[in-house]
Amino acid sequence: MEAWSQFVQLLFSGLTIGSIYALVALGFVITYSVTGILNLAQGDFAMLGALICIALVNSGVPFVLAIGLSMMAAMVIGGLFERLAIQPARHSSVAVLIIITIGASFVFRGIALLVWGTDPYALRPFAGGGSLSMFGAVIQWQSVWAIVISLASFIGLHLFFHRTYFGKAVTACVINPFAARLMGIDIRKMSLGAIAVSAGLGALAGIVIAPISGASYDMGIMIGLKAFIAAVVGGLTNAPAAIAGAFLVGLLESFAEGYLSSGYKDAVSFGLLLLVLFVMPNGLFAKMTGKRV
Amino acid sequence: MERDERIKGGRRRLVLLVLVAAWLGFPWLVAGNNYLLSTLIIIGVYALVSTGMTLLMGYAGQISLGQAAFYGVGAYTSAYLTAHAGWPPWLAMAVGAVLAALVAFVVGIPVFRLREHYLALATLGFGVIMFTLFKEWEAITGGLNGFFGIPPISVLGMSLQTDIQFYYLVWLFVLAGLWFAHNIVRSRVGRALRAIHGSEVAASSLGVNITKYKLQIFMLSAMYASVAGSLYAHYVTFINPDLFGIVPSIYFLIMVVIGGTAGVWGGLVGAAVYVCLGEWLKAVVPILMPDAGGEFEIVFFGLLLIIMLIYMPSGLTGAVQKGMKRFRTTAGSQTGTTATTERHEARSIGGGHG
Repeated sequence: MEAWSQFVQLLFSGLTIGSIYALVALGFVITYSVTGILNLAQGDFAMLGALICIALVNSGVPFVLAIGLSMMAAMVIGGLFERLAIQPARHSSVAVLIIITIGASFVFRGIALLVWGTDPYALRPFAGGGSLSMFGAVIQWQSVWAIVISLASFIGLHLFFHRTYFGKAVTACVINPFAARLMGIDIRKMSLGAIAVSAGLGALAGIVIAPISGASYDMGIMIGLKAFIAAVVGGLTNAPAAIAGAFLVGLLESFAEGYLSSGYKDAVSFGLLLLVLFVMPNGLFAKMTGKRV
Repeated sequence: MERDERIKGGRRRLVLLVLVAAWLGFPWLVAGNNYLLSTLIIIGVYALVSTGMTLLMGYAGQISLGQAAFYGVGAYTSAYLTAHAGWPPWLAMAVGAVLAALVAFVVGIPVFRLREHYLALATLGFGVIMFTLFKEWEAITGGLNGFFGIPPISVLGMSLQTDIQFYYLVWLFVLAGLWFAHNIVRSRVGRALRAIHGSEVAASSLGVNITKYKLQIFMLSAMYASVAGSLYAHYVTFINPDLFGIVPSIYFLIMVVIGGTAGVWGGLVGAAVYVCLGEWLKAVVPILMPDAGGEFEIVFFGLLLIIMLIYMPSGLTGAVQKGMKRFRTTAGSQTGTTATTERHEARSIGGGHG
């Protein structure tokens, strides 16, 4: 019975962390699909979202409003980043653009360090504390929230890309940028929109995880890199596959931490990355699903 | 043309002479100022790593986001073999370099089948895995607590304890490394690498074995980093995994971007500018803002990286070269010289514009 409850515990923590990675990974996929840029600063939007939200809540802003405001703040920062750092260099080589996003990630981290210092901050759970007991495992309500919120966002995004005008325009850019431009879609506007939406998603991920693992200036690196692995495992332009990849990475990490050793969990997920890159560089699901975004 | 060559040869000899004189004379100039000497030693160590990376990024056009891992391989091999196994430091350094080259070989075979985004990611993943190894393999590396008591290096039975002695040693390596890089660039290998940088498809259709050359230069850059790591370990006598993680890899990348890849000098210039700016920030920031700490450094270098790549993508050496070319053309000197210098010039980081 002991082994069973440990299994359920690890399963749930894997699903929780997987749903966080999925939100950030979706941001990667959207940015990459529309702009062709691998944004290594993506994880730092999660950090900024979480820290801004905590600051707002601590200064007395109602919880739901704080979440909305911090997501908006992240979107504005993402937009600025796109206009100031990405647009001026959009004709550069891929390597240059990647290094620029690394530079931006340094800047975000440094600014967070200036404002908030090195201390980790806690955010109160979304709906009271407490936990529920299932098969002898203790599951925090916040974990349930994390999973539910990310699932809701996936559905929301799906509707956004298939039902709204802007979403359809973005999809058009992904499928054929040249034809999209001929149809009068402004690609530069789409690029701005895509990075802003990705930033908002990242911020949401950070806010959801903050009550579970806290928030600090350097949380973005690992979340970003893991979400990255998820996106690569899924093939970089395939949103459902990226979500599946995120849950795979989350579960793998959780079980590696539980059954092997916590120190090696990063190595396990990066090992998966290398394996996927070497063996099937188009992603694990390349043949199963051919549709993009 | 022959006269040109002779003039160039003479000029090269002069440059070499000036460099050796500067290398020998500098400690007398600073009159044993230990702060300056230790700064110079660090510049030398970083310059070795970034020279290797300049070859890799500038000439072969391959990006590496995990170079600090090789630096770590050298440092830990030297540390373990000299402190625990009692090996002579020079042998340990050589073993470290061979080990780093081997790791680069094994990792490089699959990695260089990848391009652009995937290459960047794979090297990043490699960096994280090596960092985890340094952190977790406590029997060898001492884990997060670090590795203490690395013995000093000795030359001809004399152990190098003072900064001045170490300065001479490190910069001897830097000069040798630069000279070697300079020759590589002019050799058949260098020409092949530039061809790869220009267009991989064209190069391979002309019979250049691109994988072989990329792999060779990757192994060479790993050896540069490893030797630098060994020197660093013997200099500071204490190392910990944080020195060899992802962030240091990015700092090496920043040096290459600052210095530029227009010539083999880029790495040295970048390392010098990076270390000097860092020291300058440490001195200036506390005066302007008394309670600020090291965070300014991150913001500063992040911004510098972005601005450099947008406005000066070929780095300082590239900008100087361009400026000199313009100066020469306006001065109306023979265009033959510009054509010859152009031939040896590498392009900006990571391939052509696309």
